[in-house]
Amino acid sequence: MLEVEGIHTYYGLSHILFDVSLKVSRGEIACLLGRNGAGKSTTMKSIMGLTPPRQGTISFKGKSVMGKKPYQLARLGIGYVPDDRRVFADLTVGDNLEISERRSGDSATWTKESVYDFFEALGHIDHRKAGLLSGGEQQMLTIARALMTNPEFLLLDEPTEGLAPMVVKTLEEQIGKLKDRGLTVLLAEQNQKVALNLSDQGYVIDRGMIRYHGSIDDLRDNEEVRKKYLLV
Amino acid sequence: MFKGIFSIKKSLPYVGIFVTLLILPPIIPRFYIYILAVIFVTALLAMSLNMVVGHGGLFQFHHGAFYGVGAYTVALILTKTSLPLWVGFIAGPFAAALAGLLIGIFCVRLTRLYFGMLQISLGSLLWALVFRWYSLTGGDDGIHGIPMPPFISSQNSAYYFILIVLVICLIVMYLILKSPFGVTLRAIRDNPERCEAIGINVRRHQLIGIVIATFFAGISGVLFVLLEGSVFPDLLFWVYSLEIFIMCLLGGWFTFAGPIIGAAIMVSLRTFVGIYTDYWTLVLGILLILLIFFLPEGVWGYIVEKFGSRAGEAVEEENK
Repeated sequence: MLEVEGIHTYYGLSHILFDVSLKVSRGEIACLLGRNGAGKSTTMKSIMGLTPPRQGTISFKGKSVMGKKPYQLARLGIGYVPDDRRVFADLTVGDNLEISERRSGDSATWTKESVYDFFEALGHIDHRKAGLLSGGEQQMLTIARALMTNPEFLLLDEPTEGLAPMVVKTLEEQIGKLKDRGLTVLLAEQNQKVALNLSDQGYVIDRGMIRYHGSIDDLRDNEEVRKKYLLV
Repeated sequence: MFKGIFSIKKSLPYVGIFVTLLILPPIIPRFYIYILAVIFVTALLAMSLNMVVGHGGLFQFHHGAFYGVGAYTVALILTKTSLPLWVGFIAGPFAAALAGLLIGIFCVRLTRLYFGMLQISLGSLLWALVFRWYSLTGGDDGIHGIPMPPFISSQNSAYYFILIVLVICLIVMYLILKSPFGVTLRAIRDNPERCEAIGINVRRHQLIGIVIATFFAGISGVLFVLLEGSVFPDLLFWVYSLEIFIMCLLGGWFTFAGPIIGAAIMVSLRTFVGIYTDYWTLVLGILLILLIFFLPEGVWGYIVEKFGSRAGEAVEEENK
């Protein structure tokens, strides 16, 4: 579904991603594991067109999406949940969802009601300003906001970062349910436990380069790689 | 999203203010009626600017240019052509919106201060055009004695006309800002990158916002001509645009009604302090310093924060 081939991304003169390639097939969850500053978020932003790569190719559903703007990618069916989980603080929870609503053909299955069924906690605070929510609620809202665009493919950037263990558990369950509903996910995580539980295949990134790629079982068994690239 | 926007209970104070303003002309002196009419015109202009500055987060530094375009359009139609009055009144806002579209197309490609700087440059071009083109615009003399039909030429009828147009515009603006379009505009102000990521074409949205705001600025320009019967290049000068910007800051640029308060303060200062000294801006400067220290959200912003939060909590409780 998503193919990233040899991308190089820069922030100004700084070379951040070096020849990053990855492939995510329809209906699976792939995780991108790496330490802080390894290049996970930059990879996500590059795919979403927020920091467009200078070299390489990105194709989505078989078509090149290089040079497309983020809003065009969102309309093509890519949802993006950023790591800083910035909600529109001035708007209510309901407004945050309503402005994101985008119906697209057959896949238009997410509505405000179905999102509230999925994240029940949000349903109770529809009128509350998003800036007043707790960290967990804000994270749910950012995922819910991305779901309202009715994506076929979801980029989840560190959804569990900074959340209480109980909230992490709930989120993990909900992300698993997204896969059951047929959504394809690329999950960037520092939390190995969550990533290994949820994913079908794993990529390990370090210093802007993909260092390892394999099935999640292989990655789970490969302690050497995990020790070398993922332990702090 | 429009559900429950106009509740009778909430609208009552505003209806009361409107009725009071309606019955004022026979009661208070003509001078104050004129000042009120000036406040209405200026308030509409400041409200239109606040649509893009406060609610849209755009540094629209030269909004006066569109006000001037609206005013000059109606003035030129009424003095240089034999077209009826209503054509001029309709053409003014549309000409302003067209100018907003043309300038906006270039400006929305930039962000923040760069947006504002380019707009000052392009708006100043309009000012220079008006200032220099003597044969058409009268240059720095402007155009005076613009004829108005009897039914709106008297001060009281102009007052009523301006008041009614203002109220209609305020209702339309309120509906726009409460609509999904307005909510999206505020979301863009908060975080344009995230808006792109959820599929919003940010530039197009901002451009539409600018066109709507400049349309209302054009209406304000038309009302100015109706009230004053003249136009002059200072309407398009960047200093006046700065004054409008200050009105939004004074009143509270994250509120709906703030710019009305800001316009009232500015016009009152210019009029009443101006009686005693030419340096009324000195008082304005002191006021601004005090505002920055004590009321950073503006006068109306402070009132809403102080007295509105309880109402907000009540609404939340009701919804539980």
